[in-house]
Amino acid sequence: MNNQNTAINISPDASRFDIEKIRADFPILNQKIHGKPLVYLDNAATSQKPTQVIDVLDTYYRETNSNIHRGVHSLSEKATAEYESARNKVKEFINAESTQEIVFVRGTTEAINLVAQSFGRSSLTADDEVIISELEHHSNIVPWQILCEQTGAKLNYIPINDAGELILEEYEKLLNEKTRIVAVGHISNALGTINPIKTIIDKAHAIGAKVLIDGAQAVPHTRVDVQELNCDFYAFSGHKLYGPTGIGVLYGKQALLEAMPPYQSGGDMIQMVTMEKSTYNDLPYKFEAGTPHIAGVIGLGAAIDYVNDLGFETASIYEQKLLDYAKEQAAQITGLNFVGTARNKTSILSFTLDGIHPHDIGTILDGEGIAIRAGHHCAMPVMERFGIPATARASFAFYNTRAEVDALIQAIDKCKQVFS
Amino acid sequence: MFDIKDLYQEVIVDHNRSPRNFGKLDDADKTLEGFNPLCGDKLTLYLKTDGQKINDIAFDGSGCAISVASASLMTDAMKGMSLEAAEALFNEFHNLITTDDDSDIDHLGKLAALAGVKAYPARVKCASLCWHTLHSALQGDSTPVRTE
Repeated sequence: MNNQNTAINISPDASRFDIEKIRADFPILNQKIHGKPLVYLDNAATSQKPTQVIDVLDTYYRETNSNIHRGVHSLSEKATAEYESARNKVKEFINAESTQEIVFVRGTTEAINLVAQSFGRSSLTADDEVIISELEHHSNIVPWQILCEQTGAKLNYIPINDAGELILEEYEKLLNEKTRIVAVGHISNALGTINPIKTIIDKAHAIGAKVLIDGAQAVPHTRVDVQELNCDFYAFSGHKLYGPTGIGVLYGKQALLEAMPPYQSGGDMIQMVTMEKSTYNDLPYKFEAGTPHIAGVIGLGAAIDYVNDLGFETASIYEQKLLDYAKEQAAQITGLNFVGTARNKTSILSFTLDGIHPHDIGTILDGEGIAIRAGHHCAMPVMERFGIPATARASFAFYNTRAEVDALIQAIDKCKQVFS
Repeated sequence: MFDIKDLYQEVIVDHNRSPRNFGKLDDADKTLEGFNPLCGDKLTLYLKTDGQKINDIAFDGSGCAISVASASLMTDAMKGMSLEAAEALFNEFHNLITTDDDSDIDHLGKLAALAGVKAYPARVKCASLCWHTLHSALQGDSTPVRTE
Protein backbone atom coordinates (compact mmCIF):
# COMPACT_ATOMS: atom_id res chain seq x y z
CA MET A 1 0.00 0.00 0.00
CA ASN A 2 2.27 2.72 -1.22
CA ASN A 3 0.06 5.71 -0.61
CA GLN A 4 2.75 8.11 0.48
CA ASN A 5 2.69 10.08 -2.75
CA THR A 6 -1.04 10.24 -3.18
CA ALA A 7 -1.50 11.16 0.48
CA ILE A 8 0.27 14.50 0.23
CA ASN A 9 -2.63 16.46 -1.19
CA ILE A 10 -5.32 15.01 1.02
CA SER A 11 -5.89 16.37 4.47
CA PRO A 12 -7.25 13.61 6.70
CA ASP A 13 -9.46 16.05 8.56
CA ALA A 14 -10.87 17.56 5.39
CA SER A 15 -14.53 17.35 4.55
CA ARG A 16 -14.05 14.24 2.41
CA PHE A 17 -13.28 12.28 5.55
CA ASP A 18 -15.55 13.44 8.37
CA ILE A 19 -13.93 11.85 11.40
CA GLU A 20 -16.55 13.02 13.91
CA LYS A 21 -19.33 11.55 11.79
CA ILE A 22 -17.42 8.27 11.50
CA ARG A 23 -16.76 8.11 15.24
CA ALA A 24 -20.47 8.58 15.89
CA ASP A 25 -21.04 5.33 14.00
CA PHE A 26 -19.07 3.44 16.67
CA PRO A 27 -21.05 3.69 19.92
CA ILE A 28 -18.42 1.86 21.99
CA LEU A 29 -15.91 4.68 21.48
CA ASN A 30 -18.09 7.06 23.46
CA GLN A 31 -17.22 5.92 26.97
CA LYS A 32 -14.78 6.50 29.77
CA ILE A 33 -12.26 4.06 31.19
CA HIS A 34 -10.96 4.92 34.68
CA GLY A 35 -12.59 8.32 34.23
CA LYS A 36 -10.74 9.09 30.96
CA PRO A 37 -12.13 9.00 27.42
CA LEU A 38 -11.52 5.59 25.84
CA VAL A 39 -8.70 5.65 23.30
CA TYR A 40 -8.96 2.34 21.50
CA LEU A 41 -5.64 1.44 19.89
CA ASP A 42 -5.94 -2.34 19.85
CA ASN A 43 -7.47 -2.61 16.40
CA ALA A 44 -5.04 -5.27 15.22
CA ALA A 45 -6.48 -7.57 17.90
CA THR A 46 -10.05 -6.74 16.98
CA SER A 47 -11.79 -3.72 15.55
CA GLN A 48 -14.91 -2.03 16.90
CA LYS A 49 -18.29 -2.42 15.23
CA PRO A 50 -20.36 0.36 13.66
CA THR A 51 -24.06 0.76 14.46
CA GLN A 52 -24.77 -0.35 10.89
CA VAL A 53 -23.37 -3.82 11.73
CA ILE A 54 -24.85 -4.01 15.24
CA ASP A 55 -28.31 -3.12 13.89
CA VAL A 56 -28.14 -5.79 11.19
CA LEU A 57 -27.31 -8.44 13.81
CA ASP A 58 -30.12 -7.18 16.03
CA THR A 59 -32.64 -7.16 13.19
CA TYR A 60 -31.58 -10.61 12.06
CA TYR A 61 -32.29 -12.15 15.46
CA ARG A 62 -35.47 -10.13 16.01
CA GLU A 63 -37.02 -10.58 12.59
CA THR A 64 -35.30 -13.12 10.35
CA ASN A 65 -33.71 -15.86 12.47
CA SER A 66 -34.18 -19.20 10.79
CA ASN A 67 -32.04 -22.03 9.49
CA ILE A 68 -30.81 -21.76 5.93
CA HIS A 69 -30.75 -23.97 2.83
CA ARG A 70 -33.45 -26.32 4.09
CA GLY A 71 -36.68 -24.65 5.07
CA VAL A 72 -39.57 -24.15 2.70
CA HIS A 73 -41.02 -21.47 4.92
CA SER A 74 -40.67 -17.75 4.39
CA LEU A 75 -38.23 -16.97 7.18
CA SER A 76 -35.83 -19.67 6.02
CA GLU A 77 -35.98 -18.33 2.48
CA LYS A 78 -35.29 -14.81 3.73
CA ALA A 79 -32.37 -15.91 5.92
CA THR A 80 -30.92 -17.96 3.04
CA ALA A 81 -31.20 -15.01 0.67
CA GLU A 82 -29.44 -12.67 3.12
CA TYR A 83 -26.73 -15.25 3.81
CA GLU A 84 -26.04 -15.81 0.11
CA SER A 85 -26.21 -12.10 -0.59
CA ALA A 86 -23.39 -11.61 1.95
CA ARG A 87 -21.36 -14.24 0.11
CA ASN A 88 -21.77 -12.21 -3.05
CA LYS A 89 -20.63 -9.07 -1.20
CA VAL A 90 -17.46 -10.89 -0.10
CA LYS A 91 -16.89 -12.11 -3.65
CA GLU A 92 -17.16 -8.54 -4.98
CA PHE A 93 -15.08 -7.14 -2.11
CA ILE A 94 -12.03 -9.29 -2.86
CA ASN A 95 -12.85 -9.65 -6.59
CA ALA A 96 -13.13 -13.42 -6.66
CA GLU A 97 -14.32 -14.96 -9.90
CA SER A 98 -17.25 -16.80 -8.39
CA THR A 99 -19.20 -17.12 -5.12
CA GLN A 100 -18.27 -20.81 -5.21
CA GLU A 101 -14.78 -19.71 -4.23
CA ILE A 102 -15.99 -18.05 -1.01
CA VAL A 103 -16.12 -20.45 1.95
CA PHE A 104 -17.38 -19.18 5.29
CA VAL A 105 -15.33 -20.33 8.26
CA ARG A 106 -14.92 -19.22 11.89
CA GLY A 107 -11.94 -17.03 11.16
CA THR A 108 -8.50 -16.86 9.59
CA THR A 109 -7.26 -19.62 11.88
CA GLU A 110 -9.91 -22.07 10.73
CA ALA A 111 -9.31 -21.13 7.08
CA ILE A 112 -5.60 -21.94 7.37
CA ASN A 113 -6.31 -25.19 9.21
CA LEU A 114 -8.79 -26.13 6.49
CA VAL A 115 -6.21 -25.66 3.75
CA ALA A 116 -3.47 -27.43 5.71
CA GLN A 117 -5.63 -30.43 6.56
CA SER A 118 -7.64 -30.73 3.35
CA PHE A 119 -5.34 -29.54 0.59
CA GLY A 120 -2.07 -30.19 2.43
CA ARG A 121 -2.76 -33.54 3.97
CA SER A 122 -4.26 -35.03 0.83
CA SER A 123 -1.36 -34.00 -1.39
CA LEU A 124 1.88 -33.81 0.63
CA THR A 125 4.42 -36.57 1.13
CA ALA A 126 7.65 -36.87 3.09
CA ASP A 127 9.54 -35.64 0.01
CA ASP A 128 7.72 -32.32 -0.06
CA GLU A 129 8.42 -28.95 1.49
CA VAL A 130 6.36 -26.09 2.89
CA ILE A 131 7.59 -22.50 3.19
CA ILE A 132 6.33 -20.03 5.77
CA SER A 133 8.16 -17.11 7.42
CA GLU A 134 9.57 -15.95 10.74
CA LEU A 135 7.12 -13.10 10.64
CA GLU A 136 3.97 -15.23 10.90
CA HIS A 137 1.26 -15.22 13.52
CA HIS A 138 1.08 -18.56 15.34
CA SER A 139 -2.07 -19.34 13.34
CA ASN A 140 0.04 -19.46 10.19
CA ILE A 141 2.80 -21.54 11.85
CA VAL A 142 1.21 -24.26 13.95
CA PRO A 143 -1.16 -25.70 11.28
CA TRP A 144 1.89 -26.20 9.01
CA GLN A 145 3.97 -27.69 11.81
CA ILE A 146 1.20 -30.21 12.44
CA LEU A 147 0.83 -30.94 8.72
CA CYS A 148 4.57 -31.52 8.42
CA GLU A 149 4.54 -33.84 11.45
CA GLN A 150 1.68 -35.80 9.87
CA THR A 151 3.18 -36.09 6.40
CA GLY A 152 6.91 -35.96 7.09
CA ALA A 153 7.22 -32.92 4.85
CA LYS A 154 9.87 -30.33 5.67
CA LEU A 155 8.95 -26.88 7.00
CA ASN A 156 11.19 -23.96 5.97
CA TYR A 157 11.09 -20.38 7.27
CA ILE A 158 11.83 -17.22 5.28
CA PRO A 159 14.01 -15.14 7.64
CA ILE A 160 13.47 -11.43 8.34
CA ASN A 161 15.95 -8.56 8.48
CA ASP A 162 16.43 -6.04 11.31
CA ALA A 163 13.65 -3.86 9.93
CA GLY A 164 11.20 -6.74 10.13
CA GLU A 165 11.03 -7.36 6.37
CA LEU A 166 11.13 -10.75 4.67
CA ILE A 167 14.50 -11.40 3.04
CA LEU A 168 13.44 -12.24 -0.51
CA GLU A 169 16.86 -13.55 -1.58
CA GLU A 170 16.56 -16.17 1.17
CA TYR A 171 13.04 -16.99 0.01
CA GLU A 172 14.34 -17.64 -3.48
CA LYS A 173 16.98 -19.98 -2.07
CA LEU A 174 14.33 -21.93 -0.16
CA LEU A 175 12.13 -22.39 -3.23
CA ASN A 176 12.77 -25.61 -5.12
CA GLU A 177 10.96 -28.34 -7.04
CA LYS A 178 9.95 -29.97 -3.73
CA THR A 179 8.08 -26.87 -2.50
CA ARG A 180 4.35 -27.55 -2.55
CA ILE A 181 2.91 -24.77 -0.39
CA VAL A 182 4.03 -21.24 0.47
CA ALA A 183 2.00 -19.62 3.27
CA VAL A 184 2.76 -16.03 4.28
CA GLY A 185 0.98 -13.12 5.89
CA HIS A 186 -0.04 -10.13 3.77
CA ILE A 187 0.63 -7.74 6.68
CA SER A 188 2.43 -8.66 9.91
CA ASN A 189 0.25 -8.42 13.01
CA ALA A 190 3.23 -7.87 15.29
CA LEU A 191 5.10 -5.23 13.28
CA GLY A 192 2.79 -3.94 10.56
CA THR A 193 5.18 -4.90 7.73
CA ILE A 194 3.43 -5.09 4.35
CA ASN A 195 4.93 -8.07 2.55
CA PRO A 196 5.56 -8.06 -1.22
CA ILE A 197 3.05 -10.86 -1.72
CA LYS A 198 2.66 -10.42 -5.47
CA THR A 199 6.36 -11.19 -5.92
CA ILE A 200 6.15 -14.07 -3.44
CA ILE A 201 3.17 -15.56 -5.28
CA ASP A 202 4.73 -15.22 -8.74
CA LYS A 203 7.97 -16.83 -7.64
CA ALA A 204 6.13 -19.73 -6.00
CA HIS A 205 4.02 -20.28 -9.11
CA ALA A 206 7.11 -20.33 -11.27
CA ILE A 207 8.17 -23.56 -9.57
CA GLY A 208 4.65 -24.95 -9.35
CA ALA A 209 3.90 -24.34 -5.64
CA LYS A 210 0.53 -23.14 -4.34
CA VAL A 211 0.26 -20.02 -2.19
CA LEU A 212 -1.91 -19.20 0.81
CA ILE A 213 -2.03 -15.60 2.00
CA ASP A 214 -3.01 -14.85 5.61
CA GLY A 215 -4.88 -11.61 5.07
CA ALA A 216 -6.20 -11.08 8.62
CA GLN A 217 -4.36 -7.77 9.06
CA ALA A 218 -4.54 -6.66 5.45
CA VAL A 219 -8.22 -6.75 4.57
CA PRO A 220 -9.16 -3.98 7.06
CA HIS A 221 -6.52 -1.64 5.65
CA THR A 222 -5.98 -2.27 1.98
CA ARG A 223 -8.01 -3.25 -1.07
CA VAL A 224 -7.44 -6.89 -1.93
CA ASP A 225 -7.95 -8.28 -5.44
CA VAL A 226 -7.43 -12.03 -5.39
CA GLN A 227 -7.49 -12.33 -9.18
CA GLU A 228 -4.86 -9.67 -9.63
CA LEU A 229 -2.74 -11.26 -6.88
CA ASN A 230 -3.37 -14.67 -8.43
CA CYS A 231 -3.06 -16.28 -4.99
CA ASP A 232 -4.43 -19.81 -4.60
CA PHE A 233 -5.92 -19.24 -1.15
CA TYR A 234 -6.63 -16.07 0.82
CA ALA A 235 -7.85 -16.11 4.43
CA PHE A 236 -9.31 -13.35 6.60
CA SER A 237 -11.48 -12.70 9.64
CA GLY A 238 -14.66 -10.64 9.91
CA HIS A 239 -13.96 -9.19 13.35
CA LYS A 240 -10.89 -7.26 12.26
CA LEU A 241 -12.94 -5.79 9.40
CA TYR A 242 -15.49 -4.10 11.73
CA GLY A 243 -17.72 -7.19 11.56
CA PRO A 244 -18.70 -9.83 14.13
CA THR A 245 -16.34 -12.30 15.79
CA GLY A 246 -16.61 -15.97 14.89
CA ILE A 247 -16.89 -15.46 11.14
CA GLY A 248 -14.19 -15.49 8.51
CA VAL A 249 -13.56 -16.27 4.89
CA LEU A 250 -11.46 -18.71 2.96
CA TYR A 251 -11.06 -17.79 -0.68
CA GLY A 252 -9.75 -20.64 -2.81
CA LYS A 253 -9.43 -21.07 -6.55
CA GLN A 254 -12.36 -23.15 -7.70
CA ALA A 255 -10.36 -25.94 -9.34
CA LEU A 256 -8.33 -26.41 -6.14
CA LEU A 257 -11.36 -26.39 -3.84
CA GLU A 258 -13.14 -28.87 -6.10
CA ALA A 259 -10.26 -31.32 -5.93
CA MET A 260 -9.90 -31.04 -2.15
CA PRO A 261 -11.56 -33.51 0.26
CA PRO A 262 -14.03 -32.18 2.88
CA TYR A 263 -12.52 -30.73 6.06
CA GLN A 264 -15.46 -31.30 8.39
CA SER A 265 -18.48 -33.43 7.65
CA GLY A 266 -22.12 -33.45 8.60
CA GLY A 267 -25.25 -31.69 7.44
CA ASP A 268 -25.35 -29.18 4.57
CA MET A 269 -22.11 -30.47 3.03
CA ILE A 270 -23.72 -33.53 1.45
CA GLN A 271 -26.01 -34.19 -1.51
CA MET A 272 -27.07 -37.70 -0.63
CA VAL A 273 -26.43 -39.92 2.36
CA THR A 274 -27.07 -43.65 2.39
CA MET A 275 -25.84 -46.01 5.07
CA GLU A 276 -23.04 -47.12 2.76
CA LYS A 277 -21.81 -43.86 1.28
CA SER A 278 -22.42 -40.15 0.93
CA THR A 279 -21.95 -37.82 -1.99
CA TYR A 280 -20.69 -34.36 -1.21
CA ASN A 281 -22.37 -31.10 -1.99
CA ASP A 282 -21.14 -28.59 -4.55
CA LEU A 283 -18.84 -25.72 -3.70
CA PRO A 284 -18.77 -23.87 -1.45
CA TYR A 285 -21.18 -25.94 0.65
CA LYS A 286 -18.83 -28.93 0.67
CA PHE A 287 -16.76 -26.97 3.17
CA GLU A 288 -19.62 -25.58 5.25
CA ALA A 289 -20.75 -28.53 7.36
CA GLY A 290 -23.42 -27.89 9.96
CA THR A 291 -25.48 -24.81 10.66
CA PRO A 292 -23.15 -21.89 10.01
CA HIS A 293 -22.84 -18.57 11.85
CA ILE A 294 -25.71 -17.11 9.82
CA ALA A 295 -25.94 -13.84 11.75
CA GLY A 296 -22.16 -13.49 11.54
CA VAL A 297 -22.17 -13.87 7.77
CA ILE A 298 -24.94 -11.30 7.38
CA GLY A 299 -23.09 -9.01 9.81
CA LEU A 300 -19.91 -9.39 7.79
CA GLY A 301 -21.86 -8.37 4.70
CA ALA A 302 -22.99 -5.24 6.55
CA ALA A 303 -19.38 -4.50 7.55
CA ILE A 304 -18.30 -4.74 3.91
CA ASP A 305 -21.14 -2.37 2.93
CA TYR A 306 -19.89 0.00 5.63
CA VAL A 307 -16.27 0.15 4.46
CA ASN A 308 -17.38 0.41 0.84
CA ASP A 309 -19.62 3.37 1.67
CA LEU A 310 -16.86 4.97 3.73
CA GLY A 311 -14.49 5.04 0.80
CA PHE A 312 -11.89 2.44 1.48
CA GLU A 313 -9.06 4.18 -0.32
CA THR A 314 -9.54 7.47 1.55
CA ALA A 315 -9.69 5.58 4.87
CA SER A 316 -6.41 3.82 4.05
CA ILE A 317 -4.70 7.12 3.31
CA TYR A 318 -6.06 8.62 6.53
CA GLU A 319 -4.73 5.65 8.52
CA GLN A 320 -1.35 5.93 6.86
CA LYS A 321 -1.09 9.61 7.76
CA LEU A 322 -2.10 8.82 11.32
CA LEU A 323 0.64 6.20 11.55
CA ASP A 324 3.17 8.66 10.13
CA TYR A 325 2.13 11.23 12.74
CA ALA A 326 2.38 8.65 15.55
CA LYS A 327 5.83 7.59 14.35
CA GLU A 328 7.03 11.21 14.27
CA GLN A 329 5.74 11.90 17.77
CA ALA A 330 7.00 8.65 19.26
CA ALA A 331 10.44 9.12 17.72
CA GLN A 332 10.90 12.14 19.98
CA ILE A 333 10.54 10.09 23.17
CA THR A 334 13.94 9.19 24.59
CA GLY A 335 14.26 5.54 25.51
CA LEU A 336 11.55 4.49 23.06
CA ASN A 337 12.62 1.87 20.53
CA PHE A 338 10.59 0.96 17.47
CA VAL A 339 10.33 -2.75 16.75
CA GLY A 340 9.66 -3.16 13.04
CA THR A 341 10.79 -0.33 10.80
CA ALA A 342 9.86 -1.71 7.40
CA ARG A 343 9.71 0.76 4.53
CA ASN A 344 6.20 -0.47 3.74
CA LYS A 345 4.13 -0.76 6.86
CA THR A 346 0.66 0.08 8.00
CA SER A 347 -1.35 1.03 11.06
CA ILE A 348 0.81 -0.75 13.64
CA LEU A 349 3.34 0.82 16.00
CA SER A 350 5.23 -1.79 17.97
CA PHE A 351 7.71 -0.47 20.52
CA THR A 352 9.60 -0.99 23.75
CA LEU A 353 10.69 1.48 26.42
CA ASP A 354 14.10 1.20 28.08
CA GLY A 355 13.76 -0.30 31.55
CA ILE A 356 9.97 -0.66 31.42
CA HIS A 357 8.33 -3.98 30.58
CA PRO A 358 5.54 -3.85 27.94
CA HIS A 359 3.02 -5.28 30.41
CA ASP A 360 3.62 -2.39 32.76
CA ILE A 361 3.21 0.00 29.82
CA GLY A 362 -0.10 -1.72 29.00
CA THR A 363 -1.40 -1.36 32.57
CA ILE A 364 -0.32 2.28 32.93
CA LEU A 365 -1.84 3.19 29.55
CA ASP A 366 -5.08 1.48 30.56
CA GLY A 367 -5.11 3.75 33.60
CA GLU A 368 -5.16 6.65 31.11
CA GLY A 369 -8.07 5.10 29.19
CA ILE A 370 -5.81 3.86 26.39
CA ALA A 371 -6.20 0.28 25.15
CA ILE A 372 -3.12 -1.22 23.52
CA ARG A 373 -1.78 -4.75 23.32
CA ALA A 374 1.28 -5.80 25.32
CA GLY A 375 2.87 -9.17 24.77
CA HIS A 376 4.27 -11.39 22.07
CA HIS A 377 1.23 -10.87 19.79
CA CYS A 378 1.05 -14.59 19.05
CA ALA A 379 4.26 -14.18 17.07
CA MET A 380 6.90 -15.60 19.39
CA PRO A 381 9.42 -16.26 16.57
CA VAL A 382 9.33 -12.51 15.78
CA MET A 383 10.06 -11.66 19.43
CA GLU A 384 12.87 -14.20 19.45
CA ARG A 385 14.31 -12.66 16.28
CA PHE A 386 14.54 -9.28 18.02
CA GLY A 387 15.70 -10.80 21.32
CA ILE A 388 12.82 -9.37 23.34
CA PRO A 389 10.04 -11.10 25.32
CA ALA A 390 7.31 -8.71 24.24
CA THR A 391 6.44 -5.33 22.76
CA ALA A 392 3.79 -2.71 23.37
CA ARG A 393 1.66 -2.38 20.25
CA ALA A 394 -0.61 0.49 19.32
CA SER A 395 -2.69 -0.31 16.24
CA PHE A 396 -4.85 2.22 14.45
CA ALA A 397 -8.13 2.28 12.58
CA PHE A 398 -9.80 5.01 10.53
CA TYR A 399 -11.83 6.13 13.56
CA ASN A 400 -8.71 7.06 15.53
CA THR A 401 -7.58 10.68 15.65
CA ARG A 402 -4.44 12.76 16.02
CA ALA A 403 -5.72 13.82 19.45
CA GLU A 404 -5.71 10.14 20.42
CA VAL A 405 -2.13 9.81 19.21
CA ASP A 406 -1.29 12.81 21.43
CA ALA A 407 -2.97 11.07 24.39
CA LEU A 408 -0.88 7.96 23.67
CA ILE A 409 2.34 9.99 23.62
CA GLN A 410 1.46 11.72 26.91
CA ALA A 411 0.63 8.39 28.51
CA ILE A 412 3.98 6.94 27.40
CA ASP A 413 5.58 9.89 29.19
CA LYS A 414 3.57 8.97 32.25
CA CYS A 415 5.04 5.44 32.12
CA LYS A 416 8.48 6.99 32.31
CA GLN A 417 7.41 9.18 35.26
CA VAL A 418 6.01 6.20 37.20
CA PHE A 419 9.32 4.38 36.83
CA SER A 420 11.58 7.39 37.24
CA MET B 1 -10.26 7.66 42.96
CA PHE B 2 -8.21 5.63 40.50
CA ASP B 3 -4.47 6.11 40.88
CA ILE B 4 -1.90 4.01 39.05
CA LYS B 5 0.49 4.66 41.96
CA ASP B 6 -1.66 2.34 44.10
CA LEU B 7 -0.23 -0.43 41.94
CA TYR B 8 3.22 0.95 41.21
CA GLN B 9 4.11 1.96 44.76
CA GLU B 10 7.58 3.29 45.51
CA VAL B 11 8.70 -0.01 47.03
CA ILE B 12 7.68 -1.90 43.85
CA VAL B 13 9.42 0.56 41.54
CA ASP B 14 12.53 0.32 43.74
CA HIS B 15 12.60 -3.49 43.87
CA ASN B 16 12.05 -3.63 40.10
CA ARG B 17 14.90 -1.22 39.46
CA SER B 18 17.28 -2.94 41.91
CA PRO B 19 16.03 -6.44 42.55
CA ARG B 20 17.42 -8.04 45.74
CA ASN B 21 18.81 -11.58 45.72
CA PHE B 22 19.09 -11.46 41.93
CA GLY B 23 21.43 -14.05 40.42
CA LYS B 24 22.30 -17.72 40.63
CA LEU B 25 23.04 -19.65 43.82
CA ASP B 26 25.83 -22.00 42.87
CA ASP B 27 25.30 -24.31 45.85
CA ALA B 28 21.50 -24.39 45.62
CA ASP B 29 19.94 -27.73 46.55
CA LYS B 30 16.63 -26.86 44.89
CA THR B 31 16.26 -25.08 41.56
CA LEU B 32 12.92 -24.58 39.84
CA GLU B 33 11.70 -22.60 36.86
CA GLY B 34 8.50 -20.60 36.74
CA PHE B 35 6.94 -19.53 33.46
CA ASN B 36 3.96 -17.43 32.56
CA PRO B 37 3.20 -18.52 29.00
CA LEU B 38 0.70 -15.78 28.32
CA CYS B 39 3.03 -12.87 28.95
CA GLY B 40 6.41 -14.56 28.72
CA ASP B 41 7.55 -13.84 32.28
CA LYS B 42 10.27 -16.31 33.20
CA LEU B 43 12.16 -16.88 36.42
CA THR B 44 14.39 -19.45 38.02
CA LEU B 45 14.34 -19.82 41.78
CA TYR B 46 17.39 -21.09 43.68
CA LEU B 47 17.01 -22.44 47.22
CA LYS B 48 19.41 -23.65 49.85
CA THR B 49 17.58 -25.48 52.60
CA ASP B 50 18.61 -27.78 55.47
CA GLY B 51 15.26 -29.54 55.75
CA GLN B 52 14.19 -27.13 58.49
CA LYS B 53 14.63 -23.66 57.09
CA ILE B 54 15.55 -21.65 54.00
CA ASN B 55 19.19 -20.76 54.49
CA ASP B 56 19.55 -18.90 51.22
CA ILE B 57 17.35 -17.98 48.29
CA ALA B 58 17.88 -16.15 45.01
CA PHE B 59 16.24 -15.75 41.60
CA ASP B 60 16.97 -14.67 38.07
CA GLY B 61 14.95 -14.26 34.90
CA SER B 62 12.95 -11.55 33.19
CA GLY B 63 9.49 -10.15 33.56
CA CYS B 64 7.37 -7.10 34.26
CA ALA B 65 7.90 -4.81 37.24
CA ILE B 66 5.24 -6.63 39.27
CA SER B 67 6.83 -10.05 38.77
CA VAL B 68 10.38 -8.85 39.41
CA ALA B 69 9.43 -6.80 42.49
CA SER B 70 7.37 -9.68 43.85
CA ALA B 71 10.30 -12.11 43.52
CA SER B 72 12.67 -9.58 45.05
CA LEU B 73 10.38 -8.93 48.03
CA MET B 74 9.58 -12.61 48.45
CA THR B 75 13.20 -13.71 48.52
CA ASP B 76 13.98 -10.95 51.06
CA ALA B 77 11.15 -12.14 53.29
CA MET B 78 12.00 -15.84 52.98
CA LYS B 79 15.67 -15.76 53.84
CA GLY B 80 16.24 -17.60 57.11
CA MET B 81 12.57 -18.55 57.47
CA SER B 82 11.50 -22.00 58.65
CA LEU B 83 9.84 -24.15 55.98
CA GLU B 84 6.65 -24.16 58.00
CA ALA B 85 6.59 -20.38 58.27
CA ALA B 86 7.39 -20.11 54.56
CA GLU B 87 4.34 -22.20 53.70
CA ALA B 88 2.18 -20.09 56.03
CA LEU B 89 3.47 -16.89 54.41
CA PHE B 90 2.68 -18.31 50.95
CA ASN B 91 -0.93 -18.81 52.05
CA GLU B 92 -1.19 -15.37 53.62
CA PHE B 93 0.25 -13.70 50.52
CA HIS B 94 -2.05 -15.68 48.25
CA ASN B 95 -5.02 -14.50 50.30
CA LEU B 96 -3.77 -10.93 50.15
CA ILE B 97 -3.67 -10.74 46.37
CA THR B 98 -6.66 -12.91 45.50
CA THR B 99 -9.26 -12.21 48.20
CA ASP B 100 -10.71 -9.25 50.06
CA ASP B 101 -9.35 -10.70 53.29
CA ASP B 102 -6.57 -8.35 54.36
CA SER B 103 -6.44 -9.46 58.01
CA ASP B 104 -2.80 -10.49 57.59
CA ILE B 105 -1.71 -7.26 55.98
CA ASP B 106 -0.06 -5.83 59.13
CA HIS B 107 2.56 -8.51 59.51
CA LEU B 108 3.26 -8.92 55.80
CA GLY B 109 5.55 -5.91 55.98
CA LYS B 110 6.77 -4.66 52.61
CA LEU B 111 4.88 -7.47 50.85
CA ALA B 112 1.71 -5.51 51.57
CA ALA B 113 2.78 -3.17 48.76
CA LEU B 114 1.66 -5.87 46.31
CA ALA B 115 -1.94 -5.81 47.57
CA GLY B 116 -2.69 -3.33 44.77
CA VAL B 117 -2.67 -6.07 42.11
CA LYS B 118 -6.05 -7.24 43.38
CA ALA B 119 -7.60 -4.42 41.34
CA TYR B 120 -5.88 -5.76 38.20
CA PRO B 121 -7.04 -9.36 37.65
CA ALA B 122 -4.79 -9.74 34.60
CA ARG B 123 -1.74 -8.90 36.72
CA VAL B 124 -2.35 -11.19 39.71
CA LYS B 125 -0.45 -13.97 37.97
CA CYS B 126 2.55 -11.67 37.58
CA ALA B 127 2.75 -11.21 41.34
CA SER B 128 2.06 -14.85 42.14
CA LEU B 129 4.44 -16.57 39.70
CA CYS B 130 7.46 -16.60 42.03
CA TRP B 131 5.31 -17.66 44.99
CA HIS B 132 3.85 -20.64 43.16
CA THR B 133 7.36 -21.54 42.05
CA LEU B 134 8.59 -21.41 45.66
CA HIS B 135 5.61 -23.42 46.87
CA SER B 136 6.26 -26.14 44.27
CA ALA B 137 10.01 -26.17 44.98
CA LEU B 138 9.38 -26.66 48.70
CA GLN B 139 6.95 -29.48 47.87
CA GLY B 140 9.83 -31.14 46.02
CA ASP B 141 8.37 -30.69 42.53
CA SER B 142 10.77 -30.61 39.63
CA THR B 143 8.36 -29.76 36.78
CA PRO B 144 8.51 -26.08 35.80
CA VAL B 145 5.63 -24.06 37.20
CA ARG B 146 3.19 -22.38 34.83
CA THR B 147 0.68 -19.76 35.81
CA GLU B 148 -2.18 -18.90 33.53
